[in-house]
Amino acid sequence: MTREAVIESSADVVAVRRLVRSAAIEVGLSLIDQTKIITAASELVRNALVYAGRGELRVDVVENGAKRGLRLVVNDEGPGIPDIEQALTDGWTTGTGLGLGLGGSRRLVDEFDLLSKPGQGTTVTVTKWAR
Amino acid sequence: MGELLRDHEEQVVNRWAQSVDAPRDELLELYRAILGAIEQGGGDLADLRGLLTELSRSRARVGYSPAETSKAVFGLKGAFYEIVVADADTEVLRGFIRFARLIDDLGLFTFEAYAEAREKIIMDQAEQLLELSTPVVKLWDGILAVPLIGTLDSARTQVVMEKLLEALVETGAEHAVIDITGVPAVDTQVAQHLLKTVFAARLMGAECVISGIRPQIAHTIVTLGIEFGDIVTKTSLADALAHAFRRSGVQVSGRPATHVTVRAEQA
Amino acid sequence: MDRVPILKLGDLLIVSIQVDLDDQSVLVLQEDLAAAVVSRGAKGVIIDISAVEIVDSFTGRMLATIAAMCRMLDAHAVVVGMRPAVAITLVELGLSLGGVRTALDLEKGVALLNHVGGTAR
Repeated sequence: MTREAVIESSADVVAVRRLVRSAAIEVGLSLIDQTKIITAASELVRNALVYAGRGELRVDVVENGAKRGLRLVVNDEGPGIPDIEQALTDGWTTGTGLGLGLGGSRRLVDEFDLLSKPGQGTTVTVTKWAR
Repeated sequence: MGELLRDHEEQVVNRWAQSVDAPRDELLELYRAILGAIEQGGGDLADLRGLLTELSRSRARVGYSPAETSKAVFGLKGAFYEIVVADADTEVLRGFIRFARLIDDLGLFTFEAYAEAREKIIMDQAEQLLELSTPVVKLWDGILAVPLIGTLDSARTQVVMEKLLEALVETGAEHAVIDITGVPAVDTQVAQHLLKTVFAARLMGAECVISGIRPQIAHTIVTLGIEFGDIVTKTSLADALAHAFRRSGVQVSGRPATHVTVRAEQA
Repeated sequence: MDRVPILKLGDLLIVSIQVDLDDQSVLVLQEDLAAAVVSRGAKGVIIDISAVEIVDSFTGRMLATIAAMCRMLDAHAVVVGMRPAVAITLVELGLSLGGVRTALDLEKGVALLNHVGGTAR
């Protein structure tokens, strides 16, 4: 089942955490993996909110053989990321945060894919598999 | 084709049961399912597949080899061939080719189901092994220990980490000793997991000491360039325990040979 | 928006976060707490996060900021009750919260503050 959310305010970030939690429980992620994917979702949608002012999230349950997992796609139409390598470096930020959002989220998930075109926006796709 | 199978059910199943090592009841049930599928035009194989999966699973569990398991299905071809030869009609022979192809598919399916069932058994066992091999023990009031033995891989270290942190919450222990005396080697990934455990415990308000570091392991860790920073490491579990005693204000005194008195002081 | 209540006990301030806070509430809590430390002359601040299921970099930064602010205002801050899953996630995220004191639960947090502050009550 696909779940979708639009992020336009910091209250929506809280709603996203709730949404991802229910999906993570449904897929059967362990408590720690739930916490990791929810935290990653929180980081990613906040990034969209901070840098693009608005973002969208899609949550899908995915399967690979006997494995089940959760896939999140966070999409925004913001300024995009000119240097992805740099953006993934801990401590690097053009905003006011800690610069842990992207690099940190990558460590919290099993698969991480970032697609960005300057001026057109950013799409981050992350997947966490149930152990 | 279906007609022929139906008419000679008794004979074929008997012959089949003789040629393969399987109970007749099971084969009869399978035979009727195959017959049903053929009479329906071979479109819907869901029931049949369910039956075969069950057969493969039970055989995987008991310890049959995958060849034996699929042979049980292939055996039907031989049993039925005798009937077909006796008939010797070209139309029937053509039907037999189609029938043989179906049986081949089913046999291969059994093989797959068998492999899947086997994999599941292995996974379950690996999980049980993880549970068994990572005990968290209480050394003293407020001091826990995790004696690690054997090769540490990423998955196991992660389980240890989770169990230890949960035990800290449950027992309220503020000190923990991770003892790696029984670990033959430490690689970068395992060292990272150990470090993460110590940092996570700190975030929760507990201190970890890593003990049982042998010279070779110290050498590897330094050579790999892994920073242990201000994490306390000790060569033996006894040293680690003494350290934890000091930190938690427990004093050990007395003549070791005769008796030992232990007194806890309120911090 | 949820406003987190700040309780006073002797010269300690106790904050227990019970709901999933949005960023705005987190910032408000930070300001309220700094104001309360000064107005009530608190020597210690305890932030209980045992009910908190998610701490991301934003909330994590708030905890570090509160601890640093308290130090400047001559008070000690302790974060208590962090759940194992939260701790593992924060470490993985790269947030070690250096400079933030922690304790397993409220009781141990109070004991720690009495110890480090040397507060005679």
